[in-house]
Amino acid sequence: MIDLSILINNLDTYLEGFKNTVLSSIIALIGSFILGVIIAIFRISPLKPLNWIGTAYVEFIRNIPLLIITFFFFIGLPALGLTLSGFVAGTIALAIYTASFIAEAIRAGIQSVPKGQMEAARSSGLTYLQTMTKIILPQAIKIVIPPIGNQFINLVKNSSILGIVAGLDLMYFGDIVSSTTFVTFDVYIFVALFYLVLTIPLSLGVGYLEKRLARNH
Amino acid sequence: MDFAGALSGDHLKFLFNGFMVTLYIAFISIVLSFIIGIIIGTLRYAKIPVISKVLALIVETIRNLPLLLIIFFTYFALPEIGIKMSITAAAITALTVFESAMLSEIVRSGLNSIDKGQIEAARSSGLTYIQTLSKIVMPQALRRMVPPIVSQFISLLKDTSLAVIIALPELMHNAQIIYAQNINYVIPIFILVSVMYFIVNYGLSLIARRLESRQA
Amino acid sequence: MFMSKSKKIAGMVLLSATLLLSACGGDGSKETSGTGGKNALEQIKEKDKIVFGVKHDTRLFGLKNPSTGEVEGFDIDISKEIAKEILGDESKVEFKEVTSKTRIPLLNNGDIDAIVATMTISEERKKEVDFSDVYFDAGQSLLVKKGSAIKGIEDLKKGTKVLAVKGSTSAVNIREKAPDTTVLEFENYTEAFTALKSGQGDALTTDDSILYGMADQDSNYELVGGTFTEEPYGIAVKKGNAELVDAINDALKKLKENGKYDEIHSKWIKTN
Repeated sequence: MIDLSILINNLDTYLEGFKNTVLSSIIALIGSFILGVIIAIFRISPLKPLNWIGTAYVEFIRNIPLLIITFFFFIGLPALGLTLSGFVAGTIALAIYTASFIAEAIRAGIQSVPKGQMEAARSSGLTYLQTMTKIILPQAIKIVIPPIGNQFINLVKNSSILGIVAGLDLMYFGDIVSSTTFVTFDVYIFVALFYLVLTIPLSLGVGYLEKRLARNH
Repeated sequence: MDFAGALSGDHLKFLFNGFMVTLYIAFISIVLSFIIGIIIGTLRYAKIPVISKVLALIVETIRNLPLLLIIFFTYFALPEIGIKMSITAAAITALTVFESAMLSEIVRSGLNSIDKGQIEAARSSGLTYIQTLSKIVMPQALRRMVPPIVSQFISLLKDTSLAVIIALPELMHNAQIIYAQNINYVIPIFILVSVMYFIVNYGLSLIARRLESRQA
Repeated sequence: MFMSKSKKIAGMVLLSATLLLSACGGDGSKETSGTGGKNALEQIKEKDKIVFGVKHDTRLFGLKNPSTGEVEGFDIDISKEIAKEILGDESKVEFKEVTSKTRIPLLNNGDIDAIVATMTISEERKKEVDFSDVYFDAGQSLLVKKGSAIKGIEDLKKGTKVLAVKGSTSAVNIREKAPDTTVLEFENYTEAFTALKSGQGDALTTDDSILYGMADQDSNYELVGGTFTEEPYGIAVKKGNAELVDAINDALKKLKENGKYDEIHSKWIKTN
């Protein structure tokens, strides 16, 4: 039913796209994690201006489509004098978008640790930073791992947005293969399988962590 | 940057028309995927032999694929095997397929979160399994599911923008037509379109928060 | 062996999932149009309306004017004249938006009766649709920013970025004629031209007819190097509709004889 020769004859093209999807996902994953942690710290910070920036970031970015953010970096920034390739623009947009969800997950995790612990630690002489890194964060991490894992799965799926801005990813090369083979169905079944190769193991991993962490509680 | 030119009355009207299409498509998909999500989630929860397993396989496959791919596939690939749809129907179908899978997971974990002891108690008091599910378990679970369901709806509304690849005349599509006329329109249009999405989605998220705090 | 089998299974799962859920979606009822044994021309005459698939993003050929909501261009005027010839009245015409990628699916769905959308007659496409006689002679060319070092196709070297539209013949052609250059493909001309203006590429390639529209819109851009392919445009109808093709060809012939065609041509296409 499915014509395997399409995969075999265009394997280089598929792999090129797969490589870029993986690369973009890994870069955006690291970027969104770092940015997400910073924004989460802003949001729970006792300093009002930082708090305000963190909240504005999360509320605004979470409520607009990734596509707009991507287009902003791809064709909006050049109007302001900075030109980025589709791959770079898409990857930055992915990191910025995902960071808002990660920040929210981390904030929820930290705030789920009882407030009394913070007070107790502070009164026993630890600084705010020490309390955070030694007492609060280790507990919060267990709670935030599953939702962050889910965000990473979403990130891999969302990386398909690169295809719209000629970001040379799997979606993009799927189009190239189907315009040379004049076949769409079979071509995209293979594209789908390449995505599943990435996302299914991630999903299983997150599911496993979720179960294990739940048992420890 | 040309704010005055970009945000002329005609352009605003054109964007508004696009936003109506966005809301219309999102609304229909939300209703359909809510119904399908509840059915699939419940069937999986009930652990009916074979059916639950098959559904699990389908749901997991869909949940792990990019929505962009599903939209593309529905419109461009399905005609090759004889399933043909208009742009609107394809957009609604693809969004419904994807969101039903996501919602069914929310429903299933909502049902799982209800204490099993209640089921046993209800059963031993003479209720059938179906009665227990519909009268005891589902009402409680639905209340717990409201916040994640609302955030899923926000995602759906944002995701409607992906139908731009099949030329659905929604907000992003109309925005593209406007800023194609003049590169100086790009940033003003992006700002306005972002604000339009933001207002509706932020409004929805406030409702979700309100419901959440009322439960607590 | 294991690989191929598991792929087939995964493919089938994906397919059946889509089928199952789309069936649940309960949509698409309006697409089931019974042909009832009548040919396409008879059906058009019966419903007293002809639906043309046209571009909405292509200046001079088919462009939706955001101010008026009307679609305007060469393809639109030709469509109206054909409707007049076939149904006696140009108001019996309806336009639906198509892109290079959506036009053939829409035609085969029965959403549109014919494609008048800057569509090049090619052997590959003839396998999928039937074409009328040529109604416009275009050729592929390059659009660059004025003052660009690119003066023609011979200047497309390694590292040069050329922008094109997915699913178009021009993307395939440029890869053949300038194999060292990087080709980046976009969903539609709107995006491709915006990308060029944003400095995402050094040149944009497609039919000169479309590029003239872009240069007309933004005088910072110009065509260079003349044409390097022949792109005869045809009107496409669903395969096996000889009567409709004949009726369209008769209409085109008449338009060329009575001067209407030249009138429309010079209204839109201003060659320098």
